[in-house]
Amino acid sequence: MTFFLQNLVNALQWGSFYALIALGYSMVYGVLMLFNFAHGDIFMVGAYIGFGVATGIAALASLGMIALPGWITLVLTIIISMILTSFVGILVERIGYRPLREAPRASAAITGLMIGIILETGNLALLGARRISFPPMIESVTYNLGGVFVTNKKIMIVAVSISLMIALSQFIKKTKWGMAMRAMAYDYAVIPLMGVPLNTIAALTFALGSALAAAAGILFGVAYPVLDPYMGIVFGWKAFVAAILGGRGSILGATLAGFLLGFIEIFVAMIFPSTLRDLIAYSIILMILVFRPHGFFGEPYSAKLRL
Amino acid sequence: MLNVKNLTVSYDRIKALHGIDFQINEGEIVCIIGANGAGKSTTLRAISRLVPVGKDTTMTYDGKNLLAYPPDKVVSELGITHVPEGRRLFGNLTVLENLQLATFSVKDKQKIEQDLQKVFSIFSRLEERKHQKAGTLSGGEQQMLAIGRAFMSGRKIMLLDEPSMGLAPLLMIDVFEALREINQQEGTAILLVEQNARLALQFSQRGYVLESGNLVLEGNSDELLKNPEVRKAYLGG
Ligand SMILES: Nc1ncnc2c1ncn2[C@@H]1O[C@H](COP(=O)(O)OP(=O)(O)O)[C@@H](O)[C@H]1O
Ligand SMILES: [Mg+2]
Repeated sequence: MTFFLQNLVNALQWGSFYALIALGYSMVYGVLMLFNFAHGDIFMVGAYIGFGVATGIAALASLGMIALPGWITLVLTIIISMILTSFVGILVERIGYRPLREAPRASAAITGLMIGIILETGNLALLGARRISFPPMIESVTYNLGGVFVTNKKIMIVAVSISLMIALSQFIKKTKWGMAMRAMAYDYAVIPLMGVPLNTIAALTFALGSALAAAAGILFGVAYPVLDPYMGIVFGWKAFVAAILGGRGSILGATLAGFLLGFIEIFVAMIFPSTLRDLIAYSIILMILVFRPHGFFGEPYSAKLRL
Repeated sequence: MLNVKNLTVSYDRIKALHGIDFQINEGEIVCIIGANGAGKSTTLRAISRLVPVGKDTTMTYDGKNLLAYPPDKVVSELGITHVPEGRRLFGNLTVLENLQLATFSVKDKQKIEQDLQKVFSIFSRLEERKHQKAGTLSGGEQQMLAIGRAFMSGRKIMLLDEPSMGLAPLLMIDVFEALREINQQEGTAILLVEQNARLALQFSQRGYVLESGNLVLEGNSDELLKNPEVRKAYLGG
């Protein structure tokens, strides 16, 4: 039982990363009918921006200009990096996708792949091939809860992730911006006729998704403090799987599917040798998709693409 | 008020409109009648800036160059709203949310509230159903909501694309009476495009006849109703 609970805690943490990244995929797919294949690399860029911000704050602290407790540094790093990375997302939409909005979907899809490669190799050119270690910021403390070991970092990661997911879903349910996103996911062509600036909503969608990916990147850096320029690829693919499994544009779906992926991976690894983890885990997920081809939820939408 | 000159529109190099001229004056109800495929919807799309127009086209509204406005600003700054063919409601949003979304760019909260009350007084059915998803409304209610949405987003000119489509005759009368009420109380000019020529000509003051992308006739609606060519081609003899 404790073994099970131990893995449950790990799965929650692992699923948080997938879910946060999957949300960005899902929103862009829902609102713009677009697979943003650069999104995994936005997660990577977010982690590096987080590294930069945390290092910057640490440098200021060492000069004696500011003295901040680790928790505050972490919170500041997350907030500042989310904002900065959202601008990266806006830029990607503006340069990579907006000019191709009327183009065949395949062109937009390869645009994503190219932007991904550019972000990876751009990073390589900028910082070199070395791996970078993420600054620790907070001391690790381990609690023993009846034989289940939980670190303060794990609790923080899961709590921050879930708070961000709740904040996002409230934003989408309650604000006029969120309402415009929902409407755009349903019928894109009519949006301008409501006096709603379509480009602004597109940019907002990218900004939100990128901010969440940045949060995932930093939380990942806190848990596994080694960054490399290709870290976003596998994560991106898996989060993409979660987004599709969750159902088109569904916030709840992407969140649950992200956690489900985490659970399946961790529990498969608990039973089988870890080299077989993804083989078995993704065979299971493939079976789920075969039986639920539209994913778990999937928002309704009008099939008409033009006016 | 709205002046359109030499309007041409092409889809993938095939011309849908071959240089048409028309105008809408303050508070007027004007219709464009024509068969399926004549270019009626294209005309409305051009005014709403949803399709590119030919380089010799000019469109002015109150002396302003309409071509300088992106589609959302045509609505939010000029008050030219468009009720599209097939209504195109956001079926996943509630009735109230559909109306609220149409005020996305309106800053004045008080005006939004007043307009909402006006929409509900014109279409009381919508108030009863305001928390219902728009996708669950009947055809007539959907058309009312589509008009209500346009009413909320600005109402100098309302462009209506086949509002009678798919409606039972009694509902059709309700909808057109509501439109007349909006026209009279708010001074909203209406450009109505219809395949149902009789209805459109009875409702409007002036009309144009569109054939294969060309305007072939224009005049006062009661005269067009009596015109032998119009009677033969559009009114069943
Ligand atoms: N999106 C489009 N792509 C290509 N051709 C189109 C498109 N929309 C309309 N057309 C063509 O333009 C012409 C006018 O269409 P439309 O304006 O929809 O006519 P109406 O509304 O009078 O039925 C038709 O020949 C139609 O086939
Ligand atoms: Mg039409």
